[in-house]
Amino acid sequence: MRILLAFLIGLLFALGLGVSGMTHPEKVLGFLDLAGAWDPALLFVMGAAVPIYLVAWRLRFGRAPWLGGNAPKAPRHDVDARLFIGASLFGIGWGLCGICPGPAIVNLGNITVGAFLFFAFVLLGMFIFRLTEARKAPNAS
Amino acid sequence: MDIESLKGPLIGGAMIGAAAGLWLLLSGKTAGVSGAVYGAMTGEKNEAPWQAAFLAGLLVGGVLLSLLLPATLPASLGSNHVLLAAGGLLVGFGTRLGGGCTSGHGVCGVGRLSLRSVAATCTFMAAGALTVFLARHVVGA
Repeated sequence: MRILLAFLIGLLFALGLGVSGMTHPEKVLGFLDLAGAWDPALLFVMGAAVPIYLVAWRLRFGRAPWLGGNAPKAPRHDVDARLFIGASLFGIGWGLCGICPGPAIVNLGNITVGAFLFFAFVLLGMFIFRLTEARKAPNAS
Repeated sequence: MDIESLKGPLIGGAMIGAAAGLWLLLSGKTAGVSGAVYGAMTGEKNEAPWQAAFLAGLLVGGVLLSLLLPATLPASLGSNHVLLAAGGLLVGFGTRLGGGCTSGHGVCGVGRLSLRSVAATCTFMAAGALTVFLARHVVGA
């Protein structure tokens, strides 16, 4: 049941990404292009998504999820160098191509060379990250 | 900026927020795409089954979009393969080092008023904007 629901949630998420226009790199780059012909679309996508998520969180925070299991974890408020460095690197990659993980996967459905190439390197980047983590703490993983 | 052009972003954003919010209510988990990819890839936290199902939903959603709403997907994500590779690497590595992406930090984190996610989101947005500024207005790409 959980698996089926996760699949349906992913489906809805993908349709939302498509309808929002965030699957088009130039819409994202247009938002990031503050000095150019600025496209505010992404702001409105977030502006609609975040309040709805906030409502969901306020409804159930501290209580057990409908499918059972642990209550959602408390949100974190700590920051560290890894967060800033990681977010910066992600931001640079995002600014280069206008694609982040969600739209990357959705675009795979269009079966283009660019989509597969980008996603393959996303996986490679994550794999490299895993290697660096394993090297730092070989007993951890 | 006209109302017509904002309909897609607002409706799509609402769908994204609803999908992620529903998942929080159902499972207590955040719907972060980069986390789901990494989790499905490494199987580290035993959440791989739902994560893989979520990603499968994203992918099938993409296929559905390509068939039913083809205008929502670009014909190409770009012709510069080196750029796509570099971008993918940075997105893959950076999202993991930073602990999330636009869905994990930007929607789910900010939606729970996590200062950590707010910091991450501001950082990757700034990095993205700076990258686009340099690429478009300095280098002139």
